[in-house]
Amino acid sequence: MPKWFAPLAVVTAVMFAASPFLIANAPYEATMGLVQKIFYYHLPSAWVFLMSAIVCGIASARFLFGGSPRQDRLAHAAAELTVLFGAIVLVTGPLWARKAWGVWWQWDVRLTSSLMGWMVAWAYLLVRKYGGPGSDKLAAGLALFGMANVPFVYISVNYWRTIHPATSVVPTLPVDMGLALWFAVVCFLLLFVLLLRLRVYLEEQRTRLDGLYLSLDE
Amino acid sequence: MIRTAWLVLKKDLTVEVRSLEIAYTTLFFAISCVLFFAFALVKEGKAPEDGAAGILWIAIAFGGTLALGRTFERERQSETLRALLMAPADRPAIYIGKLLGIIALLVAAELVLVPLVAFLFQAPLLSHPFWLGAVLLTGTIGFATVGTLFSAMLVRARSRDVLLPVLLYPITVPVIIAGVRATAALLQPDVELAIVQFWVALLIALDVVFLTLALWTFEPLMTD
Amino acid sequence: MRVLAPLLLFCLLAGSVFTSASARLSGAGGLQEAQQPKQTDEFVPISQLPPQDQLPAAPLLVTAYAFVWVVLFAYVMSVGRRLTKVQHEVERLESDIAKRTRT
Repeated sequence: MPKWFAPLAVVTAVMFAASPFLIANAPYEATMGLVQKIFYYHLPSAWVFLMSAIVCGIASARFLFGGSPRQDRLAHAAAELTVLFGAIVLVTGPLWARKAWGVWWQWDVRLTSSLMGWMVAWAYLLVRKYGGPGSDKLAAGLALFGMANVPFVYISVNYWRTIHPATSVVPTLPVDMGLALWFAVVCFLLLFVLLLRLRVYLEEQRTRLDGLYLSLDE
Repeated sequence: MIRTAWLVLKKDLTVEVRSLEIAYTTLFFAISCVLFFAFALVKEGKAPEDGAAGILWIAIAFGGTLALGRTFERERQSETLRALLMAPADRPAIYIGKLLGIIALLVAAELVLVPLVAFLFQAPLLSHPFWLGAVLLTGTIGFATVGTLFSAMLVRARSRDVLLPVLLYPITVPVIIAGVRATAALLQPDVELAIVQFWVALLIALDVVFLTLALWTFEPLMTD
Repeated sequence: MRVLAPLLLFCLLAGSVFTSASARLSGAGGLQEAQQPKQTDEFVPISQLPPQDQLPAAPLLVTAYAFVWVVLFAYVMSVGRRLTKVQHEVERLESDIAKRTRT
């Protein structure tokens, strides 16, 4: 593991421990009240979910056209993190929606396309696990299509009639809400970097193991 | 390149016409789908309001998946795909040839399914034939584009029968949604063409994106 | 690696303590009809929480934050478990190879 890993992990942990204090001190929202505070973890995890899908897509493209196994390991790790942070988004969102919208789920553009992107990431992991030889390229092809979905997820909420808050919410946040949010965003970004590095390390060890098995056969 | 695509298409059509195995089985399966939904959803002799549009597209999607699986299974059994790839032909042209074959098969199935659904669900599907044709064609192209790519990729993979739906369905969700919404809009008593045009425009955009991605990735995905 | 898991556990505890503390501030109110709200363009802050309606928000809030912590913790545990398994395999194979090259 690289030298920056442990110190960054400590910093991230401390920041995460501090975030509830900032969130508790942020003002309540006029119509949604207490439940709106889920926003401070829901939005950063949504951003990390989308970013992870993009990382997976770019690494997959570089693997497909360049053949680098390092990019393949990165893509696999990023896909797993897409599933992880997607799960967080898709659970915290409905918990918030239950109170704010009165329903657990709505088949609007944002939710449907996010669920779809999440399923693509799941499909990636299934293909890697059960596809047999050549499944690394298959999954890479899939990841490219999944990445094409990401911009759509982000802007869809601005152009379709939907109940989900628009992207204009974030730039127009008042200062004390903004502070809590951006602090949480930094926390989640650092966490993403840490988890990605950790997961790639696992893949590197697996590659090393495969190499050892091969040399054993010789 | 067009000549190569045309040759691949002609080869597929010739093989298929000889036995019509895939055509008949796909058609029968799609019709069974429609009937199944009819039995499941009809209450007191009446079908659900917007049921026709959804059921039509589900039948197309399921039938299409079956057709894709069978077409490439046939290629795998005779090792013809490997032969095709070893031929001095443009890889994208091979893809286009196979894609056109699949589209032809699905369109043939739809020619039977649309009247059947209209009949079973008393849906005025044939009131705007041009727009319905546009919706079905753009939707079928979108579905087939992704499907042909993934099926070709899966030919040498393990668990390919299970993996095709796993890969295909999440990606084609926007196509299916757009297709259903457009068809449902066409079934309304007073049709708002603007809505239909919007969904068709979205389908065209999706087709362009998927086709571009497929052509771009077909070569690296098919080489070992 | 071994530092990360206990630290995340600490954060989980700290977070849940604080969210339950702030949850006690919320009041319960009478029933109100649920309407479909319009799409929001910006969040409007207020300083005092008005008397609330319908569902109590606190359990939803606590569940959301608890879920985030638990899932992140479970993931780190999962990666750690897989990592130790692979590392044991690697050590075993390396000693096997060393034995073979010696003989």
